[in-house]
Formats: sequence, structure tokens, C-alpha cells
Amino acid sequence: MTKEAGIPLYEELENGFTKILSAPASSRRESNDLRRARQSAFEKFRELGFPSIRNEDWRYTNIARFLKDTFTIDASEAARVNFPTPDATLLEKAAIKSLDCYQVVLVNGSWNGVIQGGELPAGIHLLKVAEASQDPALSSYFERTSEWNGQHFATLNAALFADGLFIRADAGALADKPLHIIHTFTADSNLWVQPRHVWVVNKNAELSVIESVVSSGNARIWINSLTEIIVHPDAKLDHTVIQTAGAGVCLVQHTTVRQKRQSLYNNYTFTLPGSDLVRNDLQAKLEEEHTETHLYGLYLTAGHQLVDNHTLVDHQKPFCLSNELYKGVLLEQSTGVFNGKVYVHKDAQKTNAFQQNNNLVISNKATIDSKPQLEIFADDVKCSHGSTVGQFSEDALFYLRARGIGEEMAKSLLINAFAFDVTEKLKIPAVEAHINELIHFHIPVDNA
Amino acid sequence: MLIIKNLHAEVEEKQILKGINLSVNAGEVHAIMGPNGSGKSSLASVLAGRENYHVTEGEVIFKGANLLDMSPENRAREGVFLAFQYPIEIPGVSNINFLKTALSEIRTYKNLPPLDAKEFLQLSREKQKLVEFDARLVNRSLNEGFSGGEKKRNEIFQLAMLEPALSILDETDSGLDIDALRIVSKGVNKLRSEKNAFIIITHYQRLLEYIVPDFVHVLYDGRIVKSGTKELALELEEKGYDWLKEEVHAKEAREKATV
Repeated sequence: MTKEAGIPLYEELENGFTKILSAPASSRRESNDLRRARQSAFEKFRELGFPSIRNEDWRYTNIARFLKDTFTIDASEAARVNFPTPDATLLEKAAIKSLDCYQVVLVNGSWNGVIQGGELPAGIHLLKVAEASQDPALSSYFERTSEWNGQHFATLNAALFADGLFIRADAGALADKPLHIIHTFTADSNLWVQPRHVWVVNKNAELSVIESVVSSGNARIWINSLTEIIVHPDAKLDHTVIQTAGAGVCLVQHTTVRQKRQSLYNNYTFTLPGSDLVRNDLQAKLEEEHTETHLYGLYLTAGHQLVDNHTLVDHQKPFCLSNELYKGVLLEQSTGVFNGKVYVHKDAQKTNAFQQNNNLVISNKATIDSKPQLEIFADDVKCSHGSTVGQFSEDALFYLRARGIGEEMAKSLLINAFAFDVTEKLKIPAVEAHINELIHFHIPVDNA
Repeated sequence: MLIIKNLHAEVEEKQILKGINLSVNAGEVHAIMGPNGSGKSSLASVLAGRENYHVTEGEVIFKGANLLDMSPENRAREGVFLAFQYPIEIPGVSNINFLKTALSEIRTYKNLPPLDAKEFLQLSREKQKLVEFDARLVNRSLNEGFSGGEKKRNEIFQLAMLEPALSILDETDSGLDIDALRIVSKGVNKLRSEKNAFIIITHYQRLLEYIVPDFVHVLYDGRIVKSGTKELALELEEKGYDWLKEEVHAKEAREKATV
């Protein structure tokens, strides 16, 4: 066991795990297979422990300082019984102005079953994971732990998850408007939550999901979230993630997307100043031919924030297209990490895979580690990658100032211009306006 | 309007302006000519406030105030406009938002109320027409993908929008074909008035056929070595710069001999 001395958390996790397994089978009603899966995942985690900078995937992201506190493990059990009212100011913060959508609110990973914005269209179903995982027809989604081999946090989540959102779009189902999921996290004392989400978009279905992450309270909150998404043949999923949790929050978001034949998956991930730590592991597994994948990301970091985006595009089959653009703006003493891995298997001929990461380092105390990582085993592919780290262009700054635009305003304009390449990719104008507003909040531009 | 006295400046510790004296009054057009490397563009950069140029001696008074003490943005707000030799491309900043921001910053500085959307649009349309600037370019990203001629015309459009007191055109004619040159010149001529002044920096006499200057100065080795009227430009066109260089060197030699 690789437990490091001085981390009381390990003991708390052991206790949490014992509690989950010792609950009488009748009260949890989980299948024996699921209980075995939890057991095996937890044993794996015992071997793995938390990652340190000795793990290649965590080399630039040292989380040791965030693991020192004590946490209550998984209060969502209690939350599900006495569902707390979501904090109104948090909902306001997460709301997207003039966006016509279905809206659900989760508190510390649990959903109260309320859907706002009208009745869901036929064929789109929402379930609580606490219930779905007990449903014999669905529990298999939660029993495959080999999926998370070697991945510390996902493995821990597989052992200890309690609740989350299960979305199913039936074959051919079309959502007439996006689904906005507001993840609120709130605690009075240190809390460790492990939401688990499973989304299944069946053949020919089309769905747009927007997730907002917000937090409140003075306590520290660790969020170890795991989302598994399956996009079946000819289905389309637009997935936007807006991470605006506040100070005291550590967010580890693991998202695995499994794409089937001719499916389309678009991901737009925005991380804004606030949380102490954000680690996104976004993995697109292209399991069948002719898939299309677009990953767009923008991270705007400030304070002492540490924001790490690890992406994997796993080209397993021929004729798939992937395109990735991540941009970073690093302010103050913040640190950014980008690690973009593209893996092209031997079978994956005629792959088109493009990746680009550009960074604008504003402060001389900010840091960025950018690591494109291409591993190509097929010989008939088109792949490209690029990574840049730069500062303000002095020429551009002077040009703006020579027209009477003050230095601060000129810098704001240039930051917005830099971010524009990503924000313009958003398909819903209300969401684009919302993101621009968030950027302006941190880097004010009066009239752009 | 502008008084330059004994201006010395260096860039990267290299002396590049070695004592410029020049007075520009409202209503005047001054042409500054000279061979490559004589300091023409450096003079423009120093006046606009480019930070890598360091003034080591002399002063520049603009409308009674010390120009050299001002930040680049305040020089612009006071009415100095530099039309860039190489306008910068800024993807993601739309031309029109850029101008709106610039105009609003200038108006705020002058304690003028901001223009409302309608007034701004009207002004923009009027000036586009005046300088024959393509409306399609107005909403594009600033200079991104513009041809050389379009970039220079955009400089003149900006000039028209911001209505500066003193405009410095830094080799605006370079890279322009004859049609673009004519359009740019026409625009400048329409903008000339009793209240404003122009300094036109150019390598060739060609531009001065279209924009007729009141004075022509020749800059050589960081100094104005000859001043005259528009006929001087014709003489330079005919004889080149070599006779002037020789004159300067002969004079220097004489001075040395007398010392």
C-alpha cells in the first residue's frame, strides 16, 4: 500500500467504505455483483493510493497540500434522506440568462427529482443513480471496474460513489432544448463527495447537456466526480461544462466518453477562477468507425489556483476524426497544466487527429506546463499538434494604445480576443454570452 | 501645434535621432523624406510613444504640453494619430468594437458624453463613405486577413473616425498600388482642414503628387538636413539623395577642419 504518512484521509475512506458495505443488503438493495465491484475497486484503490508527482499523469499537479485536511466522507447518503434546499444565490450564479432549457439541480451530487422547464420530451429519461444502480436492468453500468484501471480517483469513485444523475435518451429521441444540470456543492464542515453519472445516448438520438458547477460555504469540499457517457451509433451529444466553483473546492472530474459508429461528440470545457484545484480527465474512446469528436477548452486561472486538463483521444478504429483546441489564460500566481494525449491504434488507419494548445501567460508569477503527447501506431493517418506559450504581443498592445485605448482596457481586449477562438465554437448564443460575461467578470471590458 | 526641439533618441542603445528641430502649425502638411535608415519611422515612433525608444535629449511640445511625458494612450487622446507603416492584425477584436472602444476612451478623457449606438453607427457610415472604406471590412477582425492596401485604408478610416489634431502617416504609400494610393490620398485630402495638421513620412515623391505638402524636409542620419517647399521633393525625385549626403559630409568635413 502506497499510503503516505500523515494523511488521515485514508482512514476516513476505509471507514466510509466499511459503512457502505456493512449497510444491510436490504437497505441498499444493491446486487451482489455491484457489491463485489465496489470491493474490488476499493482493493485497487488501497494499492494505488492517491497519486503523487511520481505518477507520470500527475507529474505537474501536486495534490499533497490538498489532502492534509480531514473530511467527512460522502454525506450525500444523508443528503438524499433530508434533501437540502439548493442555495438560491448559487442557482442565480449558475443560471444562464435567456437560455430556454430543462433544468435540474443537484446538491452535493444528489438530485431531488424536480425538472424545471417543462416535461421532458418523449424518450428522454432522468434517474437518480442511487436508484439506477439498484435497478437490475441498469446496474451493469456500475459493475465494470476494469474500465478505471490504474486511475486513482475513478477507482475510488467506483468503490464509494453514492448518487448522481443517470440520463438515457432512447433510440431516435430528440431533445427540443438543452438540459442544464446545475451541480451545487455546499457544506458547513469539510466534505468529500463522489458523484457518479452515467449518460446513455442511444442510436440516432440527439442531446445537448450543459453542466454548471458552483459551490458555497466556508468548509473545504473535495469533489471526486466520475461521468461515463456512451454515444451509440449515429447519435449526437453536445456537452458543455462550466466550472465556477469557489475557493476551498478541489474538483476532480473524470469523464469517459465511449463513441460508437458514426456518432458525434462535442465537448466544451470552461474553467474559471475560484476552486483551489481543478483536474479534468476527459477521455474520448473511439470504439467504432467513422466517429467525430471535438474537444474545446478554455481555462482562465487566477489566485493560487491549479488547473489541470488531461485529455485522451483514443483512436481505436479507422476513419475517425478528432479535433482538439484548448486555450489558457494564466493570471496572478496560478498554475495551468495541459496534457493532451492522442493514441492511434495500429488498426486505426485513415485517422484524422488534430490538437492545439495555446497559452497566454499574463503574470510573471504564473506557470503553465503544456504537454502534447501523440502515440501513433498506424501508418496511414493525418495527425498534427501544436503548443504555444506566449505573453501579450507588445506590438498589438502598442497599436491599441496608440488609438487612445488605455493599457488595462487594451489587455482586456487582447485576452477576450484570445479566448474568442474557443467561445465562438459554442452553438447556443445564450451560452456564449454567459461565458463571455464570466470572462468579463474576471477581466472587465466595458463595451466589447 | 507641434514644436520639436533638438530631439535626440536611441533604440537599443543606438543613437537614431541626433537633434531634430521641427515646427508644425495647424492647417499645415509637412512631408518628411529621406533615404532608408535615416530615422523617419523612428521619429514617428518617438512621437507616438513606442516604449523601446528612449529620448536622451530635447523636447516635444504638443498644444502647449510636454508630449514626451504622456503615455501612448494619452498622446492619442490629446490628438496625436500615427498611421502605422505595418498595421497589426488582431484576430478576435472586431474592427468596429475596437473603434467604439477607442472613441469612447477618447471621449471619456475629454469629458464628452459617450455616443449612443445610433450616433456611432451614423458616424461610422459617414466616414466609411468619406474614405471609401469597404463596409464588409468594418465588422471583420481588426486587419485580420486584410490585404496590404486594405490595412492602409483601414488606418485612414480610423483617422477619419478619431479626428486627431495631428496625423503622422508613416510610409502609408508603401505597398500601395496606384488605385489604393489615389483612394488613400483622396481620403486624406478630404480630412485636411485649418484645424488639423499632417506629417507625411515617405520614401518617394509619388504620394506628394496627390497630397500636396506645404513643407518638405529631408532627414538624413538622424537630423533634418534640408527643408523647402514641394519643389524640393521634385528635386529629390530627379537627383536622388546622394547629392544631399555629399553636401552633408562636405559640410561636416569643413566644420571639422575649422575646429
